Amino acid sequence: MKASIMITCLGDMFFPEVGVAMVKLLRALGVEVDFPDGQTCCGMPLFNSGYHADAAEVAARTVKLFEASEHVVVPSGSCAWMVKTEYPGLLKHDPALMASAIRLAAKTRELSQFLVEVLGVERVGSSFKGRVTYHDSCHLLRGLGESAAPRKLLRAVDGVELVELPGADECCGFGGSFSVRLPEVSSVILDKKLANAERTGADCLVACDAGCLMQMGGGLTRRGSRVKALHLAQVLAGEDTA
Amino acid sequence: MSESPLAVPFPERAGAALQDAFLQQALAIATTKFIELRKESFEGFPQGEALRDRARAIKEATLQRLDFYLGQLADSIERLGGRVHWATTGAEAREIVLRLCRDKGVRMAVKSKSMATEEIDLNEALEHAGVTPVETDLGEYIIQLAHERPSHIIAPAIHKTKGQVAELFSKELHGDFAADPEVLTAVARKALREKFLQADMGITGANFAVAETGTVALVTNEGNGRMVTSLPRLHVAVMGIEKVIPSMTDLMVFLAILARSATGQKLSSYTTLVRGPRQKGELEGPDEFHLILMDNGRARQIAGTLREALYCLRCGACLNVCPVYRQIGGHAYGYTYPGPIGILLTAMLKGTESVKDLAHASSLCGACKDVCPVRIDIPRMLIELREHLDRERIAPWPERMIFSMFKLILLSPALFHVSAFLGRALQIPFVTNGRVRRLPLFFAKWTRTRDLPPIAAKTFRERWKELD
Repeated sequence: MKASIMITCLGDMFFPEVGVAMVKLLRALGVEVDFPDGQTCCGMPLFNSGYHADAAEVAARTVKLFEASEHVVVPSGSCAWMVKTEYPGLLKHDPALMASAIRLAAKTRELSQFLVEVLGVERVGSSFKGRVTYHDSCHLLRGLGESAAPRKLLRAVDGVELVELPGADECCGFGGSFSVRLPEVSSVILDKKLANAERTGADCLVACDAGCLMQMGGGLTRRGSRVKALHLAQVLAGEDTA
Repeated sequence: MSESPLAVPFPERAGAALQDAFLQQALAIATTKFIELRKESFEGFPQGEALRDRARAIKEATLQRLDFYLGQLADSIERLGGRVHWATTGAEAREIVLRLCRDKGVRMAVKSKSMATEEIDLNEALEHAGVTPVETDLGEYIIQLAHERPSHIIAPAIHKTKGQVAELFSKELHGDFAADPEVLTAVARKALREKFLQADMGITGANFAVAETGTVALVTNEGNGRMVTSLPRLHVAVMGIEKVIPSMTDLMVFLAILARSATGQKLSSYTTLVRGPRQKGELEGPDEFHLILMDNGRARQIAGTLREALYCLRCGACLNVCPVYRQIGGHAYGYTYPGPIGILLTAMLKGTESVKDLAHASSLCGACKDVCPVRIDIPRMLIELREHLDRERIAPWPERMIFSMFKLILLSPALFHVSAFLGRALQIPFVTNGRVRRLPLFFAKWTRTRDLPPIAAKTFRERWKELD
């Protein structure tokens, strides 16, 4: 099977190690991975702030980049949501582009969904030492309706003890530009999330979204917490917490 | 209210709310409780999901023929001997009530909890006209005594702790009352009994109004709705035009999900169904019944971007789950309707410009849409509002400029990677132990409370070359 990586802007610039873990993981599972050149961002920051004409231009670009892809895998629930639910509507002014966007929407999956739904894999065969807890990112949970796949995958990793995070389905306070438009409110929401994570006694707080990881990771190191924010791909690829 | 909350900008109002320890405590307890109760209630009610779909479909279909159903409702009410008044604006609705007070010699009006009357500042208008309004819902009574406004759609005094209520009652009702909800409720009950008997007019809203039968449905948990609609000689109900529903069967659908969404109850303690004034042979009820059908900005949204907000049942579930509301409470929003749905309703009633800050008071987490009994897509409409603000250039120009530049970068991989390169160089003075701890200017909004990962030494694109 062939799959293209959609790395996302945050993934490319701030979390390349997540992309690397994802490539290793997919290759280990027999997937032929490629990385279409010319990627920037899905345009969600523009879309969510209401700059829809601008977001449509970015979407039109992105759609073309993945025209030839068989499957597209994204390490971020929110970007996958953007592509799957918003691209076709944004490009409705151009029937050919819209048709292309619908095809892209159909073949795009967030990583955990790709593994479980498309590959039919729950046990990726890696090992990882530690107690982990999982944060449901809003767009993966409520946007794409997924809460089971990441948990199944985590539970099946040798050495992982998965503990439920109280209020796992509550927002971490990131919300894109919300995090800087209302930084105090965003931070108080984050504090609640991190206090819950620390109470679980977990070593790692795992999520499937670069935005949440930037927010939660940023809060964790700021408070000098022993809990580490990790992307699902890093746990599945067996990267150690140390 | 002593001073308008709108005198200070929204971010400052929100910031002040975060510093209010009492508010934080009260909100945390109450919203958590509401969330649990709602969840439990729907877990034991498997048909709930289908009923939510059905309720939404009824709202959709009713709005399609709103003029017909309103006409039918008016006919039904008039057949029962009631009077129907049409108000295009809030000011007109207010004036209708005041005129009735003047014509009928009303000195005191008891009120059952109603957001529609909050929306038109009816209490202030009544006081100004020499009529004493008395709120009889416990929460509303508390905030009336405190000269405040509701901070939640169904729990108006949610921002107050029982200690604060005890203090307020002791001062205003002259006693020394313990911070015990039972004691305080008994105190209010005693004070309110007299008012019910003295009042000339009862004022209510309407949770629903049934077109076929002319039935106005009120849900309460204190039975005050019953007293307000049966003891005074006049009953005036003020309702937004979107509250009409076609039939009693439809009413059953809504009642099955409303209280569950609001408080987790199967039904609220009292469901009061009012049909016009006292009929021949009946022992109770008012001499006169007046229904005020108020538009106040609603009708133009039937075909507008905020259409779905007209489905709202005012259950408050979206407030309880909203991470922003849970932190800042209702007053910080600054308008009658707080929370995520409140932003939409404010835009509807006051125009989009009034929510230029509030439209961004959401992380778009979608929890509101998830719990809404009629599945209103609140996040989508918030994004639509933002779109409108940008298109109409109401959004501040520096913001619009930043996003324009951002777009140019996203349209060009070369610019995107030059930005990464520049960022990597510029961040050097700010990186300590592999984290960006403090950034200047705009970026400080992030780093005041959170670290940032530095832009990686090699982007994924660069590392891909090694992997390929």
